[in-house]
Amino acid sequence: MKIFFDFFSFSDPNVRYVILGMLLMGMGSATIGTFAFLRKRALTGDAIAHSVLPGVCLAFLLFNTRNLWVLLGGAFVTGWLSIVCVDLITKKTKLKSDAAIGITLSVFFGIGIVLLTYIQQTGNAAQSGLDHFLFGKAAAMSVSDIRTMGIVSTILILCVILFFKEFAAFSFDPDYAKTSGLPVQFIEMLLTTLTVLAVAVGIQAVGVVLMAAMLITPSAAAKYWTDNLKKMILLSILFSTLGGITGAYVSFANNKMPTGPWIVTMTSLIALLSILCAPKKGVIPKFIVRKNYKNKMLRENILKEFYHLEEKNPDKKYFTVSEILDEREMLSWNYKKGLRMLKGKHFLEKVNDNYFLTDAGREEGKRITRIHRLWEMYLTQQLNIATDHVHDDAEAIEHIITPEIEKKLIEMLNFPEKDPHEKTIPY
Amino acid sequence: MSDAFWIILTGSLVAITSGLLGCFLVLRKMAMVGDAISHAVLPGIALAFLVSGTKNSIPMLIGAAAFGMLCTVLIELFHKKAKLQEDASIGISFTWLFAIGVILITYFADAVDLDQECVLYGEIAFVNFETYLNIPTAVWLLGGMFVFVLALLIIGYKGLYLTTFDPDFAATIGVSVAAWHYVLMGAVSFTTVLSFESVGAILVVAFLIVPGATAYLLTHNLKWMLVLSALIGISAAVSGYFFAAAINASVSGAMVTMLGVFIVCAFLSSGIQLRRKNKLATQTE
Repeated sequence: MKIFFDFFSFSDPNVRYVILGMLLMGMGSATIGTFAFLRKRALTGDAIAHSVLPGVCLAFLLFNTRNLWVLLGGAFVTGWLSIVCVDLITKKTKLKSDAAIGITLSVFFGIGIVLLTYIQQTGNAAQSGLDHFLFGKAAAMSVSDIRTMGIVSTILILCVILFFKEFAAFSFDPDYAKTSGLPVQFIEMLLTTLTVLAVAVGIQAVGVVLMAAMLITPSAAAKYWTDNLKKMILLSILFSTLGGITGAYVSFANNKMPTGPWIVTMTSLIALLSILCAPKKGVIPKFIVRKNYKNKMLRENILKEFYHLEEKNPDKKYFTVSEILDEREMLSWNYKKGLRMLKGKHFLEKVNDNYFLTDAGREEGKRITRIHRLWEMYLTQQLNIATDHVHDDAEAIEHIITPEIEKKLIEMLNFPEKDPHEKTIPY
Repeated sequence: MSDAFWIILTGSLVAITSGLLGCFLVLRKMAMVGDAISHAVLPGIALAFLVSGTKNSIPMLIGAAAFGMLCTVLIELFHKKAKLQEDASIGISFTWLFAIGVILITYFADAVDLDQECVLYGEIAFVNFETYLNIPTAVWLLGGMFVFVLALLIIGYKGLYLTTFDPDFAATIGVSVAAWHYVLMGAVSFTTVLSFESVGAILVVAFLIVPGATAYLLTHNLKWMLVLSALIGISAAVSGYFFAAAINASVSGAMVTMLGVFIVCAFLSSGIQLRRKNKLATQTE
């Protein structure tokens, strides 16, 4: 608990650096990641992330320093090279993009592992900590590292602000972007460059193995909350920073823990919550909306059947369940649920084993029947559809039509008395 | 027998077995699914390790298979139920499961004889530590897997062939496309798990995809492709071992590097062939 307060009171300057670093990483990777997500390039991100490892190792071997600028330079070169490889393989051979990505990421990573193990056995004192690039270590970030991350992140954000319109057009509809005269090739190159940069910035915190998740997972989570690109970017920055800080906290509290896997797990949890619970687009709210709608249809159908029964038997008011079921094919347990709901809403009352309509229920049944018959009338009169083809359509639309549309229909058809099947339209 | 022999044999067995299966993954455009499965089995391996306390055990296979299945189910759910695009569904599912696996391994590092290095590039150099009847246990297991995969390919050649190249036709003559899909995925999962200790969870992707892809560049005939992929796998294992020995680096990494060299060669030679063909075509015109 003490560590918790130490961490979240931000009193320790080290903690402040870590949090600042996470914020910078989140801003860079989530912003660019959103475009990668929109372009359906999640797995290309994975290829870039794995491919920066040999670059980091080579830069270290050549310059024998752990200066982040040097290592980022190496990462940038091989990250770019990997994209060129994927492009070459897909364009020049019969291999498809999935194989191209798989080949590139695994071979680059293999080379990286060879270099890394080679460096480790040389016993070079400066090499200690190079393996933090595999799974990340937030606590290993120094002030100068944070400064470097800050500069790169700022460049990233500035580029995105500057070219926002172009990026958006290109990501949503590359064909449109091309025909409207945008320099598509330049935009693509710039986006790729920025993606490589974003990966390079994040690897110190998250590590190369899981960096791809930081590009994709926050934006996938943000997608469930909004349709607006700007809001989506802001949200994914928020999610990625949240995941980053909680993940960094765990690794801060337990020194053995690598930061990357925790950040990814936390961010994935946010994504899972968003996918399940986000209002409107989440799985659960959508399920509830659907269920409510199904229940509404069930209720309205039953009321309509009652109205029909009353129409057919003008002197009868009370009906048994079997009589109702004779009127319309329906699962009996479903029907019971519907009857229960209607009783709750006081559209129906029950006496012994018989049901009867209340006034409000009759009004409602009448309304549904009216819309149904009006729609059949509309289809036959205005659209010239045969009378025996209109029932199913009306059956579906009767639950949707609003009072305003109903009014318009009535005016358009000029208060018809009978529907195409010679049944009275009740007003 | 020397260490070198066993290391090369282990590497070859991994390369051949996964290379043979990889041919079908490449042809079915499922290379990234192989990648996802090989990452996603990690938490299963870690948990099984923790429960049973031993490597190379039945629990490990079961645990890995369970998480391999979980990964495909997650991808399916995200994609179909939550309407998330497919690449993102794959990307989220396997990175998450892999992250959980790494956390488990780190957290229980004292209880489990596994570490992050093993996850990344395996322990093929120490293959001779655990032996049974003077033969490394890894060789027994991988040998068994190789025989199993070979038998599967010989017996099921027609089914795999048909469902790979023309699933519609296969379905019309009554060959179950889904069944062969799951047979292949199952074999891939098991091979990944058994190879895990030797080459790690990430490098196995290279063994799965690269030999098949290289062979695919060199031939149009499926049987030749399978034979070639096996030969490429063996050559990479042999040359990779000596490369690693020369610079004293990770053996499995060096084997993958050699695979990379081979595919670059295949790429260049197929490019030259293509150009020659084009030249001939323009000349005859």
